[in-house]
Amino acid sequence: MIEYTEKIREIAKKLLEEGTVDVFIGYKKGSVPMMNEPVLISDPADVDKLHWDSNCGLNLCNYLTGRKDRIGILATGCNSRNIVTHVIENQIPRENLHIVGVPCTGVISHRAVKRAVKNREITEVVENPGGETFSVKGPGYEETFNKAEFLQLNCAVCTHRNPVEFDSIVAEKVPEQENVEAYKDVEKIESMPPGERQAFFRRTISNCIRCYACRNACPLCYCPTCFVDESKPQWVGKSIDPVDTMTFHFLRAYHCAGRCTDCGACERVCPVGIPVRQFTKKLNKDALELFEWEAGLDLEKRPPLDVYKVDDYNDFVK
Amino acid sequence: MDNPYLPYPVRIDKIVIETEDRNLKTFRFVFLNPEDEQKFAYTPGQFAELSIAGQGEIPIGIASSPTEKGFVAFTVNKAGKVTTHLHNMKEGDVMGIRGPLGNWYPWERMEGKNVVIVGAGFAFTTLRSSIVYMLEPENRPKFKDITVVYGSRNPGMLLYKDELVEWEKRDDMEMHITVDGTDDPDWKYNVGFVPAITEEKIKSADNAIAIVCGPPIVIRLTQPILLNLGFDPENIILSLENRMKCGIGMCGRCNIGEKFVCKDGPVFSLAQLQQMPQDY
Amino acid sequence: MSTKIFPKDKWVEVLEGLKDSYKVVVPVKEGDYFNFRPLENGTRPNFDFQNTRLSAKSAIYPQSERMFEYSLDSGDSDAFQMKEAEKDYSPQAIVGIRPCDAYAFQLVRRNFDNPDYQDPWWVKKFETTTFVGLGCNDPCATCFCSSAGCGPFDRKGLDVLLHDIGDAYVAKGLTEKGEEFLQKAGGKDAGKEDIKKAEALTRDVVKKMGPGISADKLKDKKATDLYEAPFWEEVAFACINCGTCTYLCPTCWCFDIQDEVQRLDQKGDRLRNWDSCMFPLFTLHASGHNPRSKKHERVRQRFMHKLKYYIDKYDQGIQCVGCGRCVQFCPVNIDIRQVAEKMNSYEG
Repeated sequence: MIEYTEKIREIAKKLLEEGTVDVFIGYKKGSVPMMNEPVLISDPADVDKLHWDSNCGLNLCNYLTGRKDRIGILATGCNSRNIVTHVIENQIPRENLHIVGVPCTGVISHRAVKRAVKNREITEVVENPGGETFSVKGPGYEETFNKAEFLQLNCAVCTHRNPVEFDSIVAEKVPEQENVEAYKDVEKIESMPPGERQAFFRRTISNCIRCYACRNACPLCYCPTCFVDESKPQWVGKSIDPVDTMTFHFLRAYHCAGRCTDCGACERVCPVGIPVRQFTKKLNKDALELFEWEAGLDLEKRPPLDVYKVDDYNDFVK
Repeated sequence: MDNPYLPYPVRIDKIVIETEDRNLKTFRFVFLNPEDEQKFAYTPGQFAELSIAGQGEIPIGIASSPTEKGFVAFTVNKAGKVTTHLHNMKEGDVMGIRGPLGNWYPWERMEGKNVVIVGAGFAFTTLRSSIVYMLEPENRPKFKDITVVYGSRNPGMLLYKDELVEWEKRDDMEMHITVDGTDDPDWKYNVGFVPAITEEKIKSADNAIAIVCGPPIVIRLTQPILLNLGFDPENIILSLENRMKCGIGMCGRCNIGEKFVCKDGPVFSLAQLQQMPQDY
Repeated sequence: MSTKIFPKDKWVEVLEGLKDSYKVVVPVKEGDYFNFRPLENGTRPNFDFQNTRLSAKSAIYPQSERMFEYSLDSGDSDAFQMKEAEKDYSPQAIVGIRPCDAYAFQLVRRNFDNPDYQDPWWVKKFETTTFVGLGCNDPCATCFCSSAGCGPFDRKGLDVLLHDIGDAYVAKGLTEKGEEFLQKAGGKDAGKEDIKKAEALTRDVVKKMGPGISADKLKDKKATDLYEAPFWEEVAFACINCGTCTYLCPTCWCFDIQDEVQRLDQKGDRLRNWDSCMFPLFTLHASGHNPRSKKHERVRQRFMHKLKYYIDKYDQGIQCVGCGRCVQFCPVNIDIRQVAEKMNSYEG
């Protein structure tokens, strides 16, 4: 996707020069391999800072909350769905945004790449022209991999790669993936008996250091005071006690129910590699099965936990 | 090694409701182990961490003077989780206090000088400690003229009302009591904001040191008045607040620049503050 | 001071033998990365790493630690009073710690052990720990220890320094504690050839270290000038205010104190947990006022503290050892090297 960079710079320059937007939010090239840094530019002369490649895996929608200016913002499929959710939830007025849609072919999983080079040091990752392969360089080695085999887990099962809401678009839409079995991992956990499931969850969060990177990277988590920070009353303890930690992760997942677009930012940013999406995906599956709902596809439709319909799922009433 | 996190156990000896809205109470504590009172020897200006098992700790300025023996007193505003719990406690309840913490008003520097004290609202607590300390017969001769300006929003919100009346009557100090406003027809004292009354009543900065304690707005408005009068920034003394936990300069959260409010403060001169980042 | 040699194929045996004298803490591979863990039955030490994901700071200063316990049962004679909790200060040996992480403890010590107050738990744990460092044959591209006060084979903060010369470790005793460790570990005296290999290795690696972080002019700048510099909002834009940098950093030490209660048992603990200046709650007053309510104010605080306030307070260099963890793992790629460059070259 590195070829999008030129077009992005062109669009951003025009938007800023013509005063359509006050600021433009995108990425600039990172200082370490497989990382890019979100950047805000307001001067059209700075557009050369903008960069796009298959390592743009954060969710820029995170930076919209509370802004009052007119913003140009890059949005892939999942990110654009988060923008739609933000608009529906009154976090930002649609007219303040100029959404530059990015048809996304997926983000590279930095963890999978590190595993593939057996955790040797990586000094450079370069996307090859055409976008199908990328080269990984380190001290004394260079290897080439197929991007399709190294997609982030959420990108591998994504069926909304194209932006759903946009004002301009940087390239032709890409074909959507078909016959994707998105919830195999959730089904595996669902089939575990309760004792095994408890043990599985304990193991999963055992390394959590309560840094809240997952919560802070998520655009849905915009509460002025998160429930873990309340003291009157105190809902959750602040130590690394496993029960408190599980409470944090599960409750956060529930707060994202029916709103999560599986953008993968939470899992990408975790410094200790916890597969945080195991929790949110379960709730996405429930929303899909019980309410036929996928978040952020339509500016006119409110999420299912937000409205009451007479034919709502009622099976829990026994 | 002494454990600086371990509080001295105390019993609540007396609770006095200070203000009309009942949000400010003065708590008098007595040490369960009498020898702890010696260890807790303090100087006006310092604070202590009041520790309630199961709730937490709060940093509160010491309102009693070291010349008052047998107890330590604090005036606490009901603001959050721990203060609300403290307000619901009864005389006889056991809790802990840790301290004394922080630095104190520059008493050595103040000897031989005129002392001007400006206080507003419930920041007056360590100023009470200072006034009682100075008025003690063996201390009074060390200081020249003492002038105090203290005010609150209305008469009901004044702290230590009985003592204020007594101080106003004394001839070895000038006590100017003021309120922002009142509808009490029998109000005998001043009506006006603390900075305005300060401007009216403080005539000279000659050989004087001023201590100012109050909410940020009062401090902000009183500073220029004192500077105009001729007070040197070194001789304007302020007491800061910040969110604290350890109170001993270890947990890292109360810093302003390289200084900790709990350890290098809370008392700072205006001259010192002007050299520090405005991180408060 | 002695220099011993330990062949690698016997190294785990040596470590197992040391369990009689120390709680041995070693690097262990967990999934995709390494962490320090106590050597217990079934633990497989693995020294084939560049650095651990989390620093070794939790071996001295656990993320959650009980300070006191108390009873809330008014029937108890000591109800509502803090009681010291039981602690374990038996001798500990951290084996395989990198010189940067070991030097970090020297920086943190200034906070917890000073003439006015000593933190009893941190100090006692530190004093009963022996630091057996492993010099870095293969520093990461993101390491900048040499420009941050230490280096890949630096000896500050270590009791023993191991040199990996291929099939063996050449272990140099540096302190009395280190000598004691080497006596207990056994091992033959290193021969002249082995010592020469260790010295050559040290020289070669130190030569290869890059320019690193620019921090030489920070001491002479005014803190208030840097504080008011115009670049903080730009630096802070990407920050998501998580605790990754502070929790992975070996020199960050801020903590929170929390009381937790088991209401049914009528008892409770006062705990100390790691805290982060990145969190908005860190400086929130009960009145609702927050001196650092805005993101860039918190980001500014972190970099000013590490690169300026610490220098002003102690005049012993920056509060950073160049381990590079924040550079590698900041989720939004805020790079301390770039920020230091901005600060270092800022003319007020």
